[in-house]
Amino acid sequence: MESLLTWLETQLADNSIFTLQTLSHYGEGLTTTVQLVFLSLIIGLIAAVPLAIGRGSRHAWIKWPIFAYTYVFRGTPLLIQLYLIYYGVVFVDGIQETWLWVILEDPFVPALIAFTLNTAAYTTEIFRGAIKSTSKGEIEAARAYGMSPGLTMRRIIIPSAFRRALPAYGNEVIFMLHASAIASVVTIMDLTGAARFVYARYYAPFEAFLFVAAIYLCLTFAILYFFRHLEKKLLAHLQPQTG
Amino acid sequence: MLDLHGYGPRLLEGAGVTLQLALLSLLLAVVLGLITASAKMSRSWLAHRIATLYTTVIRGVPDLVLMMLLFFGGQIGVNMITDWLYYQFDIDIFININEFVAGVVTIGLIFGAYMGETFRGAFMAVDHGQIEAGKAYGMSNSLVFRRIRFPQMMRHALPGLSNNWMVLLKTTALVSVIGLSDMVRVASEASKATREPFTFMIVVALIYLLIASVSEWIFVRLQKRYDIGYGEAD
Repeated sequence: MESLLTWLETQLADNSIFTLQTLSHYGEGLTTTVQLVFLSLIIGLIAAVPLAIGRGSRHAWIKWPIFAYTYVFRGTPLLIQLYLIYYGVVFVDGIQETWLWVILEDPFVPALIAFTLNTAAYTTEIFRGAIKSTSKGEIEAARAYGMSPGLTMRRIIIPSAFRRALPAYGNEVIFMLHASAIASVVTIMDLTGAARFVYARYYAPFEAFLFVAAIYLCLTFAILYFFRHLEKKLLAHLQPQTG
Repeated sequence: MLDLHGYGPRLLEGAGVTLQLALLSLLLAVVLGLITASAKMSRSWLAHRIATLYTTVIRGVPDLVLMMLLFFGGQIGVNMITDWLYYQFDIDIFININEFVAGVVTIGLIFGAYMGETFRGAFMAVDHGQIEAGKAYGMSNSLVFRRIRFPQMMRHALPGLSNNWMVLLKTTALVSVIGLSDMVRVASEASKATREPFTFMIVVALIYLLIASVSEWIFVRLQKRYDIGYGEAD
């Protein structure tokens, strides 16, 4: 590690912008971005499963509130949702004196809440579409085996719907990665935040933003590759047979 | 009931800016999308490569980063070019990149890439026999495009187009970050001044939902218009 750092230092010797210090800013930014995106995606995914099932419920009092939630969160910009939660939390009277403030003081938490609510709404609709497109024959076959609706959902509908939702969910993951750039607006030092810092410090927009764009591009390709690999494995039975 | 503390007119003005920005970017995106789609379908190896590079890079980088690159870097880039023109040819021009132009160019550039994919799929869905029939009638290439390929392509492109427009509309909120006084910026200033974020952000969210609902209605009408001659059989 020590030798790697000295090597890096000699490599960067005549570079005035990309010093070890700015690179470590980018490194921390990368960590923050990955944490933010990963956490919101995981929580959103877990929340989306019951929401998607509820969205197809026969009961109006379950169906309509979920529909209203996804409609509003998909119909308004994420930036508005972020502002609403970030400023909304800060301006609640007396919150600074409660224990909640210890958690909410860091803009990371409001951003995480906003991102999670947003991705949960999109993921709910993706799963909803996949559940709806389950072929009738599969459900009838499960019924014929005497499975209860709950068991049918768990053993037949959900596993096959998950697989069919995979390509659309991969897009949602990339969308979330790109959307996370707005976290820098509420003073979070994510990748974009680091780029803005470097830009402001050295007044070098091309270096600062092109470098960060390249990092995002690599992350996007990594996600694409991962999902393509997953699709190949999980959707093998849906591919046209060769030979 | 709803006290906007006198920010009402400015909020409305901001909504106007948002709408103008969205419509102008849509226009640019559609033009760029048509060019990209043609480049991707062309036999020229170079055109195909450039179009693929464009759509890949644009779709791999966050819109906010592109917007900042263009807004902060654009002025320096333009100044470099005008300086060079001045020293080389003694031409003295000054081009100012303002937030509005940067916003329209970035959003147009981003969605041009998405529109390109939409249009390419739609053009390929037009039956080739239709184009041959047009040629047989002695129509020129541009006439075939205008009378046959474009109207039939639109039928296939509209669902994707409407999707892109909805995303584009929400992307316009980002221009508030580079300093353009759209309704999001007005609302965030008002929130800080009055310490009532809920009032202003909810009003802005409702305006976005309103624009989205109206455009959905327009797209349904458009789809009906371009579907004439199809779907009546069933």
